[in-house]
Amino acid sequence: MAEDAFDAIIVGAGPAGSTAATVLARAGLDVVLIDRGVSAGSKNLSGGRLYTHALGKVFPDFVDQAPLERLITKERISLLTQESASTVEFASGKLGGHSASYSVLRAPFDQWLADQAEAAGASVITGIRVDDLLLRDGRVAGVVAGEEEMSAKIVLLADGAISLLARRAGLIGEPDPHHYAVGAKEVIQLGEEVISQRFGLAAGEGCAWVFDGDCTDGHIGGGFLYTNRDTVSLGIVTTIGDLGYSDVRVPEMVERLKRHPVVAPLIAGGTLVEYGGHLALEGGFDAVPQLVHEGALLLGDAAGLGLNTGYTIRGMDLAIESGRIAAETVIAAHGRNDFSAASLAEYADRLAESFVLTDLAFYRRFPKFLEDTRGMFTDYPKLAEDAMLSLFSVDGSKPEPITRSLRNAARPIGFGRLVRDLWRGLGAINGRASVAGALGGAAFRVRGTANRKGGTR
Amino acid sequence: MSLEAKLAVDRFAVDEESAHIRLADTSDVPRETLELLVRGCPAGLYRLNDDGSLDFDYAGCFECGTCYVLAHGTALAAWHFPRGEMGIEYRRG
Ligand SMILES: Cc1cc2nc3c(=O)[nH]c(=O)nc-3n(C[C@H](O)[C@H](O)[C@H](O)COP(=O)(O)OP(=O)(O)OC[C@H]3O[C@@H](n4cnc5c(N)ncnc54)[C@H](O)[C@@H]3O)c2cc1C
Ligand code: SF4
Repeated sequence: MAEDAFDAIIVGAGPAGSTAATVLARAGLDVVLIDRGVSAGSKNLSGGRLYTHALGKVFPDFVDQAPLERLITKERISLLTQESASTVEFASGKLGGHSASYSVLRAPFDQWLADQAEAAGASVITGIRVDDLLLRDGRVAGVVAGEEEMSAKIVLLADGAISLLARRAGLIGEPDPHHYAVGAKEVIQLGEEVISQRFGLAAGEGCAWVFDGDCTDGHIGGGFLYTNRDTVSLGIVTTIGDLGYSDVRVPEMVERLKRHPVVAPLIAGGTLVEYGGHLALEGGFDAVPQLVHEGALLLGDAAGLGLNTGYTIRGMDLAIESGRIAAETVIAAHGRNDFSAASLAEYADRLAESFVLTDLAFYRRFPKFLEDTRGMFTDYPKLAEDAMLSLFSVDGSKPEPITRSLRNAARPIGFGRLVRDLWRGLGAINGRASVAGALGGAAFRVRGTANRKGGTR
Repeated sequence: MSLEAKLAVDRFAVDEESAHIRLADTSDVPRETLELLVRGCPAGLYRLNDDGSLDFDYAGCFECGTCYVLAHGTALAAWHFPRGEMGIEYRRG
């Protein structure tokens, strides 16, 4: 066999790839990190809240060094009808420390992460699209980019939600529209002072706000608004498999959110500085593919490691953790000089023990719950509006007891359904008991080469 | 603000030499699929004509993959990322 040019090739300089490259380079391995963007992060977009627990394990000084926007200290969740918003707000100085989350903008953030990889000794190549995996003797042996072939002992696929490379090599199957959501977002410039004033924030502190209901016109999904330092990120996410529900187009959903009476005054006078779209993962635990292959590992979004909990989308922290664990697995495999699937199996096992797959398993039934409970996006915002109206409108007519107002508001939905949905909803986000079972039977475990679909050409 | 105006704010390096997404002959593709493309594309690049034919322009594409998930192998003859350095360039993300 030809001498391998690199110890590891990592495709994709997002959070997963750059983290893996940093950890590998620090251990002295010869690694190259390749991204198709002009710079790392130039193809990437998220809502914008990074939970930093995983980042801190690899970059202990990130608070001083990383381009973070604002520390989230205020959480809002709103159920929207066309005219109303029923909102829960939680503001607390306790939203910090180890569980701290920050708003981030991906172009600068991902560039910083890639810079860390480079500083650790990784070669970072941008502006190169990897076209295919190089397959040799039934194992992944490198990558193909244009006319060029590059070989390596192992390839880490951190190429994002679609992972064309894994698909083209037959490592994962055809995409299921119910496993993906489309996100669209605007970045609106308002100025640092204006944002702090309008959202009632101390300097450097930020607000994370999610919306259900009117903005997606009842489609499964929701809206989000994150305050950055001097801009806000505002957008929607909706399940691709649910696009048939009504004829409202995705770009229009963003406009609906911007027009909403609770949002419009907060962004008034702002200037659009960017509009973009990106895919998000929606399938949860059951959509996680086989993660370990002969000579290759899947990381981050490419590995299906994304989580929609209904009140927050998470993927960056899972990507970073998977990057670190993948790198540590590769370092051990490098010591053995064995990059077979069996030697790399530890990756899946360690992910299963980590928060990554534990959290995915915990929310396992949530995607299905949302699919089955359209009311979350239609009837329940209306229920909240009716209940609030009967509580807060005073017009001289005889007041109703609160219990009766609530009963009246709930009547269109029906009590049976209400209780059933509540019960199922709680069950869907309270799956601890089933975690062990879910992990035990999961498909991402290595099942040897016999189970690998396709692969050789 | 129109979608065109929004896209004009973004930075794109349009690859004039090759289209990264190409439509197939859509005459046999169910209209429903074509409507989903129109609805789902965040950049609004798909347009359905009165005669049922589909128009598409790859300039302005976010490379998000929504149309790939919806119609790769049916309405789309080819879907790839643009060549390196080409396409959308987010400065915020
Ligand atoms: C609208 C939206 C809101 C979100 N909100 C949040 C949030 O608030 N918090 C959170 O934690 N997560 C959020 N996410 C999810 C988060 O963005 C992802 O989970 C995360 O980016 C995954 O990181 P990654 O490194 O696996 O992949 P990515 O960040 O997608 O990086 C993949 C990289 O691979 C490169 N690449 C792909 N193919 C090739 C190729 N063939 N050749 C060369 N390079 C290639 C790309 O250019 C890209 O840089 C959101 C996602 C969306 C869409
Ligand atoms: S990849 Fe996304 S932005 Fe580009 S055409 Fe398809 S749906 Fe539209």
